[in-house]
Amino acid sequence: MKYKSVLDTIGNTPLIEVPRLSPTEGVRLWVKLEGENPTGSVKDRIALAMIESAEASGELTKDKIVLEPTSGNTGIALAMVTKIRGYRFTAVLPDNASAERVQLLKAYGAEVIFSEGAKGTNGSVALAQEVAQDERYYMPFQYGNPANVEAHYRGTGQEIIDDLPEVKAFVAGLGTGGTLTGTGKRLKEHDPSIKVVAAEPELGELVYGLRSLEDGYIPPIFDPDILDGKVKVKARDSIVWTKALLEREGIFAGISSGAVIWVAQRVGERLARDGGGGDVVCLLPDGGWKYLSTEAWTEDLDTAETQVEETLWW
Amino acid sequence: MAVEVRIPTVFRKFTGGESVVELEAGTISDLIDQLEARFPGLKEQLLTEEGELHRFVNVYVNDEDARYLEKLETKVAEGETVAILPSVAGG
Repeated sequence: MKYKSVLDTIGNTPLIEVPRLSPTEGVRLWVKLEGENPTGSVKDRIALAMIESAEASGELTKDKIVLEPTSGNTGIALAMVTKIRGYRFTAVLPDNASAERVQLLKAYGAEVIFSEGAKGTNGSVALAQEVAQDERYYMPFQYGNPANVEAHYRGTGQEIIDDLPEVKAFVAGLGTGGTLTGTGKRLKEHDPSIKVVAAEPELGELVYGLRSLEDGYIPPIFDPDILDGKVKVKARDSIVWTKALLEREGIFAGISSGAVIWVAQRVGERLARDGGGGDVVCLLPDGGWKYLSTEAWTEDLDTAETQVEETLWW
Repeated sequence: MAVEVRIPTVFRKFTGGESVVELEAGTISDLIDQLEARFPGLKEQLLTEEGELHRFVNVYVNDEDARYLEKLETKVAEGETVAILPSVAGG
């Protein structure tokens, strides 16, 4: 296929059946491989959508520096899009994000400001909001930008309906809430009986430990009412199912993908019990490349668990 | 007879540092009352004045967010686990 720009290759990701991961007879599991986007994650969709909408509204002009708080993937995607569109870019990143993420950001020419790792993504949000007081910056702010939801409504959701109109359930990770809110809304317009279920990380004690409740953060774009369920997943279960994806189906995906597959097992069992089964779509947000340093695939489970918990895997 | 309730670090100052508390089976509402009886002050951290779960507090029954089950009326049976966690964002 021919393209005029790498930006034209964003979206229209493959939807692949994974029969060896089906929890029970009559339930077909499908994975949507967002790692096939140009920077290797689902975030290319929203990076392009947010920059285009800010250009269209006039908020983003060539003299501005784009600034964004991110645990990595959104930053890498914005670094690519801003490079092509001719803007400078600064990412605010927790200092425990994996080494590969920092290297990728720098490779794309981004500047990196580190926030305190123990405060997680919430800490990056707070620091970025402070820095963005300076009017030289334009902050797309994925947590509050409707273009994030819109990209999934028009893109991800529509693609699933085009490829698999009989879909019965959709499972994705809960980060900004953009994927679940946008895709979920489009799917429920198509068929209100489609179940939309979130996988949520159970982070290490350290991440929660240093927080007070006032540090709690619910992204403004996330619509909790779109969900039919939310399931928390331990790092260990995520690693087990991330490895199962590779071992049983040859799919090399990031750690949070394992959490999505784990939740899809429960969703699939419930579908089989309540209504004779059906098709479950799992959104796998990125490939495994950026997580190799956690040794999730090469070390024993205990070591891998410790190393994943020490990094920011969500 | 017991239900295991995991207490997050932010609330352990109420539980004398205990991270896991064993309670009698019942609804989440019942469990919160039992917590309050043992550790006064904890209830108002979890519930709003209107008696709803605080928006930054997630209660999970066997890993499922109770907001999508029967909320505070979700029944917790013997041997099931309850976890209370603050909400977090990713991305």
